[in-house]
Amino acid sequence: MGSNSSNMNHIPDGQQLLQDTGFSAAQIIRLYERFEFLDKDNTGHLRPEDLETVPDLDMNPIGARIIGAFFPPGKETLDFGSFVRILAHFLPADSNRTRAGAQQEPANSTTGKLRFAFQLYDQDRDGKISRDELLQVLRSMLGLQVTEEQLQCIAERAIQEADADKDDAISFDEFRKSLEKVDIDHKMSIRFLR
Amino acid sequence: MRGSGYAHLWLLVCLISGVTRANGDVALTHRESPLKPSESKSSLNHSEHGHDSIITGIPIVTFKWHHVEAPYIIVLWILVAGLGKMVIESNHHVTNVIPESALLICFGFILGGIIWGADKQQTFTLTPTVFFFYLLPQIILDAGYFMPNKLFFSNMGAILVYAVIGTCWNAASLGLSLWGCHMGGAMGDLDIGLLQYLLFGSLIAAVDPVAVIAVFEQVHVNEVLFIMVFGESLLNDGVTVVLFNVFDAFVSLGGPKINAVEIIKGIISFFVVAFGGSLMGFVFGLLISLVTRCTKNIQVIEAGFVFVLGYLAYLTAEMLSLSAILSIVFCGMCCQKYINANMDERSVTTVRYVMKVLANGSETIVFVFLGISAIDKSIWVWNTGFILLTLLFIFVYRIIGVFFLTWILNKFRLVPLEFIDQVIMSYGGLRGAVAYGLATMLDENKIKEKNLMVCTTLIVVYFTVILQGITMKPLVTWLKVKRAAVTELTLIEKVQNKAFDHMLVAIEDISGQIGHNYMRDKWKHFEENWMSRFLMKPSARKNRDHIFSVFHQLNLKDAMSYVAEGERRGSLEFVRNESAIVDFKKKFGDEYSEVMPDIMADTSDDHGAVSAVGRNPVPSVSLEMHEQTMNGMRETDDVNSHHLLQQHLYKGRKQHRHRYSRSHFEVNKDENEVQEIFQRTMRSRLESFKSAKMGVAPPKHITKHPKKDQQQKMPNGKSVDKNRSYYSGDEGSYLCFGFKNYKHYGIENPAFMPDMDPMSQVQIPPWLAEAELDSGMVAPSQRAQVRLPWTPSNLRRLAPLRNSTHSTDSFMLADAPAAQLCTIYPRYID
Repeated sequence: MGSNSSNMNHIPDGQQLLQDTGFSAAQIIRLYERFEFLDKDNTGHLRPEDLETVPDLDMNPIGARIIGAFFPPGKETLDFGSFVRILAHFLPADSNRTRAGAQQEPANSTTGKLRFAFQLYDQDRDGKISRDELLQVLRSMLGLQVTEEQLQCIAERAIQEADADKDDAISFDEFRKSLEKVDIDHKMSIRFLR
Repeated sequence: MRGSGYAHLWLLVCLISGVTRANGDVALTHRESPLKPSESKSSLNHSEHGHDSIITGIPIVTFKWHHVEAPYIIVLWILVAGLGKMVIESNHHVTNVIPESALLICFGFILGGIIWGADKQQTFTLTPTVFFFYLLPQIILDAGYFMPNKLFFSNMGAILVYAVIGTCWNAASLGLSLWGCHMGGAMGDLDIGLLQYLLFGSLIAAVDPVAVIAVFEQVHVNEVLFIMVFGESLLNDGVTVVLFNVFDAFVSLGGPKINAVEIIKGIISFFVVAFGGSLMGFVFGLLISLVTRCTKNIQVIEAGFVFVLGYLAYLTAEMLSLSAILSIVFCGMCCQKYINANMDERSVTTVRYVMKVLANGSETIVFVFLGISAIDKSIWVWNTGFILLTLLFIFVYRIIGVFFLTWILNKFRLVPLEFIDQVIMSYGGLRGAVAYGLATMLDENKIKEKNLMVCTTLIVVYFTVILQGITMKPLVTWLKVKRAAVTELTLIEKVQNKAFDHMLVAIEDISGQIGHNYMRDKWKHFEENWMSRFLMKPSARKNRDHIFSVFHQLNLKDAMSYVAEGERRGSLEFVRNESAIVDFKKKFGDEYSEVMPDIMADTSDDHGAVSAVGRNPVPSVSLEMHEQTMNGMRETDDVNSHHLLQQHLYKGRKQHRHRYSRSHFEVNKDENEVQEIFQRTMRSRLESFKSAKMGVAPPKHITKHPKKDQQQKMPNGKSVDKNRSYYSGDEGSYLCFGFKNYKHYGIENPAFMPDMDPMSQVQIPPWLAEAELDSGMVAPSQRAQVRLPWTPSNLRRLAPLRNSTHSTDSFMLADAPAAQLCTIYPRYID
């Protein structure tokens, strides 16, 4: 698939996206095609329902949350730029080309990825994962056989293990610390088609 | 089962002695005059000696062995093989350790020994004719018919690379290395030239589908890995045939006559053979589909056409010296979808089961005879160097080939093959009966050392099937354990790891990196509009709609379980009892006990503040399940959170281990998990939609959601096998059309949504109204709530509504077709 910078002209913010994210031109073009495909009524932006039509998302325990991550509270629509920027979180970190003027914290750095993961838990964006929020995530990822009491136990243990300052919630730093042994880059990257 | 095991053994021994005695006498009588009466352990009366003697009176009963000799022996062998399998399978502890194929070969050894002892020669061996014409086709047809097409074609590139390049590499490297060693003097004095080494290399290089399946049944590998090895084993036949014929021709021509022209011809012949064979198979597949399209009036025999035409595909390709295996594989793969749609359900079931019987039976016979053929002194030539070097090189070159090719492929693959997968792939390169068949086909005039080659082939086959088969499972377990032996993770880490997996899968789906494929969409489009129109019955095309068939299957399942419960209770009287709760605990037993979701579970999952045991007691026939594991769980006081997490975290899609099994039609437990997740997603979407936009906005395009709610009342996890039904003949493939093209049916049934009380004056979500009225812009109507919804094609809802005003009608409806549906029961039993 030939990628030509001139093809990018019809893509909104194309050049800007090239700079800000780590995507190559061909990848952005492909993503744009996907965006158009998802955008069934051709309005130029996506709504949650458009994302919900993706098959197999229904079978994902945290599918709803992922969709929610694309639509921060208050925003009902998603334009292409935001779409790409969120997907940029999942670029492998080694494809980061240093550019002059790049933001200090590119989306696909380890911190950027972790922040994305953190926000999946922290729905109210208060910077902390409260016990309730943790419970919700656990509930969605565990089978229905697990009782409520067991769920509470698990959440309790999890917070105990991770909570350093004993405020009964997990802050971003505590979250990051508890995951320092995990290879975030490997676990949170997908290979985007050229 | 030890008692019955012994009984089997005893029976078998008697039978075998009888067979050998009969054979012994047959062998003798071949050489002597037929006057001597043959004895037999069977209790036949015989009052006459042979058939040539002078008739002194009217014989009341005669013993005419020669009359029935040939078919009798054949059938007797089939019986013996079957009984052997019965003995072997009677003890599962053994079969868990040693794969069945290995045991069958050993059984063959024993039989061979007995026959050798009786006859002093091996009267029964696996001849190429019998193998290639009568035993192999059905195995391959079975493989093609049950092939998961979607998976196969999405990995087609990798499979082709392994099949073509891998096999060529194996053949060339083996031949050349052996020749090099020969030159170096490691094998002593052998009369084999370079070309013959290459020929030998080509016949032994190919991975064998029969052996692969047989061994992989024990080791549960993931579907991608399985399809790689299996697909490779099927497709490499194209290469093997070409290589074998080319080198055979070269050997006949002799060394000097080979020039560039011949080599080019060889390469061209590869393309012709491979593509020609596939095309042939494709054509026959279309033929079968066309035929089944017209067999409405002869449904009794329509299943037979599949086998007849499949076999014809094989023979025709063989006749034209194309690749017969490729032909029959593609025939099976091409026709599966259409014949499943065209034929009557009972015929489809027949085809599936007969296919399995034939394939399994043939496989058994093949392995038994592989064992028997070894016990034959006349063919045994031992050359330590040759044999050991062959074994070594096969092993080593397979590993090298796989790892190298995978390294290249991983640069292009979306989901790279991991190290452990590569290990399994290289270790799983088993050789089998095809190699042996080809070896026995060698012309001993041209190839002086044919016996050596045959022996080596046999030893290689035994080595791979028995040794590698037995050690495969422990190896895999060890590797996996090794991989997973990291320091104990914190809970957060465990949860987060899983969350990452799910996240990746979701992002991949959204960004279309895997699913969105231009070519595939184009093919789907073409296939739907053109091919299906041509090949499918019109009525089948209508019914092919995804949602419709899911609904249909749901209903059938309901009906079956409904009726079964009724039988259990003595009558269907219970349905009229408003307070009865159908108890499916006994019905479904152990298989489903782990994962039966509480369908009526609280819908306030997302609020996280409810008691989990809060079942809404729905009166009348709500097909409510009991949670089996709940009871056990509640008792335990010390809940080990880690252990719990380990057990109950939903496995992500990437890690679904699918059990491919030739002989078991089990429901995949992962489907239950998938379905459970699905229900919850849908329920929560319903919730959010309902709360956010009830009756306010005009109906949106959320067209697919309501239909899925039907599955809330699924008693077990079989029917929603959209993407997971690969191994059930891929009839679910046409369920995977994606959610783009489906129509509305007014099947929304408010009674089955536990959170909605139809009797209250709640406004129904707009999509319900949309179901009734096509315009879709009308305000929700009350009408839909109280009326029993009907589909355009008049599908009847068998489980009655809770509060429908037409309740009696629906009950009566439930009774009537229930009896009829009992006959279709076997179709869905798996």
